[in-house]
Amino acid sequence: MARLAKSNLPQFAVDIFQNEYLAEGAREVNAIVTVTATGGGTSGSVSAQPVNFADGPDAAVVIMVDCSGSMDYPSDKIRAAREATAAAIDAVRDGVAFAVVAGTHEAKEVYPGGGQLAVAHAGSREEAKQSLRRLTPSGGTAIGTWLSKAEQLFHSRRDISIRHGILLTDGRNEHENPNDLQRTLDRVQGHFTADCRGVGTDWEIQELRRISSALLGTVDIVADPAGLADDFRAMMENAMGKEVADVALRVWTPANAAVKFVKQVAPTVEDLSGRRKESGPRAGDYPTGSWGDESRDYHVCIEVPSAAVGSEMLAGRISLVVPQPDGTTEVLSQGLVKAVWTDDIAASTKISPQVAHYTGQADLAKAIQEGMEAHRRGDVDNATSKLGKAVQLAHESGNEDTFRLLAKVVDVVDPKEGTVRFRKNVSEADSMTLETRSTKTVRVKKTP
Amino acid sequence: MPGATGDFLLAAPAQLLVSEEEPESELDHAPTEPNPVVVIAPGGGPVCVGCGAQRIDADGYCEACGRAQPRPRDHQERALAGVTGVSDRGHRHHRNEDAFAVAATSRPGGSPAVVAVVCDGVSSATRPDEASQAAADTASEYLLEALESGADPKPAMHAAIMAAAQRVEELANEGPLEPSRNSPACTIVSAIAADGEVTVGWVGDSRAYWFPDERAGSERLTVDDSWAARMVEAGLMEEAEAYADARAHAITGWLGADAVEVEPHTTVFAPPSAGVVLICTDGLWNYWESAADLGAVVPADARTRPLEAAQELVRFACERGGHDNITVAVLPCLASPLSTPYTPTELSLPVLGAGEKREI
Repeated sequence: MARLAKSNLPQFAVDIFQNEYLAEGAREVNAIVTVTATGGGTSGSVSAQPVNFADGPDAAVVIMVDCSGSMDYPSDKIRAAREATAAAIDAVRDGVAFAVVAGTHEAKEVYPGGGQLAVAHAGSREEAKQSLRRLTPSGGTAIGTWLSKAEQLFHSRRDISIRHGILLTDGRNEHENPNDLQRTLDRVQGHFTADCRGVGTDWEIQELRRISSALLGTVDIVADPAGLADDFRAMMENAMGKEVADVALRVWTPANAAVKFVKQVAPTVEDLSGRRKESGPRAGDYPTGSWGDESRDYHVCIEVPSAAVGSEMLAGRISLVVPQPDGTTEVLSQGLVKAVWTDDIAASTKISPQVAHYTGQADLAKAIQEGMEAHRRGDVDNATSKLGKAVQLAHESGNEDTFRLLAKVVDVVDPKEGTVRFRKNVSEADSMTLETRSTKTVRVKKTP
Repeated sequence: MPGATGDFLLAAPAQLLVSEEEPESELDHAPTEPNPVVVIAPGGGPVCVGCGAQRIDADGYCEACGRAQPRPRDHQERALAGVTGVSDRGHRHHRNEDAFAVAATSRPGGSPAVVAVVCDGVSSATRPDEASQAAADTASEYLLEALESGADPKPAMHAAIMAAAQRVEELANEGPLEPSRNSPACTIVSAIAADGEVTVGWVGDSRAYWFPDERAGSERLTVDDSWAARMVEAGLMEEAEAYADARAHAITGWLGADAVEVEPHTTVFAPPSAGVVLICTDGLWNYWESAADLGAVVPADARTRPLEAAQELVRFACERGGHDNITVAVLPCLASPLSTPYTPTELSLPVLGAGEKREI
């Protein structure tokens, strides 16, 4: 396996799970690609071994805090936001570059100011926390301006490779044209990653998901402002665990084959198909962002030209690549996706347990999203049917977290059959939590 | 691998498939020829058998069309003085799960002895290709040592098959586990020609035949460990009826960790005339089930040109569709000085034409 010269970088392993046997005439090849990074020296947990700071950590973070007027209603939101930001600042490791931005209809640098990033040490962290008094609510919401500001700040330290944002909002992006936000996302994506949090229940899931997806981060709801500090601390610790940035999944396919989709399927469902960048003859790169010690699964679906029974072909070569300072890319690890045509029906009809599992998890996310959308439109029958299917899928696959969230929205009569009834007086927080976390998946249960 | 025994690898049948066509059309075309071994471009370097591109990656796939390139086991030929083997992937299976070994040595007294082993990996089991190779190599090595040390061929054959069975059984613990599939398993058929006698041993449905030069008196020397053979043996079904049944080819004996008990069959045969002993997998005999039918396609000069005969039989099976892997080994024999006037053994299945009377 390829080794990077720098220390503390994780080793990447690629494992492919598939049933390579296809029936005569079949053209679709499905595979689950498990990518595991290990040995990075940190894991994002508080008990992690400290990294070697000889060269200083190669990371920068910008915290963007919503300071629109609504953050004052109720005022515990802005107080919680200040406390959470303070907790996150405490979790910034020595030597990491950081800044705090107050977001309204425009972006204001709260700390350190002057278009710069501060370098974390005990003194700068204290200063930064003191400056949080300046997070005062007034004005509107234009998230694109916050992201542009973060982009500018990261740009001031182009030597830093791991660049991560944390974005908190409590409302809709009301003071900006959606097209403007999209243009900003198109411009900044690939330059930094960002996790997004919606506090309360007045923000819009689709909008925040669009941002977190573009920036290869997570999205979650913090319905109760009291939970913000813990969440921010966890997010920052996770960011501090990242060791290598701008990793891409490279998919090579043979002539006359086409990639139907590339989805991240664990820990969350995220369709990467639209993010492909051509990287050579019949090869494309799908961005995966930064990695610490972690494991993610991807579902790759490739359509190949059909071949005679008895033929075997390489349907895809999946590799993990990371850009090098000299403009080349280094291949970290790779795996092969194969296609073998057979007239043995027992072999060709067997579905890979991993492919089946993640197809189910993606269907689960879709059923929840469609069900909640139908419910918003007032189509209760359709919503009930979709959420019934979701309950069934969550039950079958052992996705207990999602099952519990579903059970707060519907009464589960029969989980096996997916028989459910909508609960009366479902709280907005429960509905939004279910929908926001619909993309969270569980991994394949170990076969006994 | 039986490399130390003086055998040599023959050059691959020359075949050039440099094509300008789209890979798709090449892939779809149904082949009838045995598999090429390596295809070399006029300028040197391997060429894709699918699209003609001259870029083959380290994993053995074409960098343009992705097609898997021929692997060594797709087509193998070995010829020694006194014994020849040819094996081919066929056209419907993506890998060759058959394996064979041929070897020649001498008895302590200096007379020659040759050995052939043919094994067919069980496809529904895991790693059938490894099972067949391990069994063929183990049995062949065992037999060589036994023959060189002067052992009686018949007990040696029995012990060699047991040694092969042991080796295949061990394979179950040596590789990745596939919970949904059975332990590695294979059939075995082996022939020794030494001291004027042919000793045949087998487990499963790979077969041995005797084809005298004039072909009259061709016979099968083995009885399959298969459902069909059992039905016929028990008198429950006619042969034609039994072999037409979907269960016909289910084998009732094999080498592998999940075999209840391995019971090698052995038989000794003194050739009454000049001819060939042929051992093969069902990839060949499926197309010509009876000794008479198969004898009709075995080239007349098989005894003097055994390699060409084995190649020809593999080619015929490929032309018939190559539905399974095909492996053939040929042992040319002269009339045995030990041959008593011919008496059919209980295993013999003599073929008599209408009105033909066999001289006894």
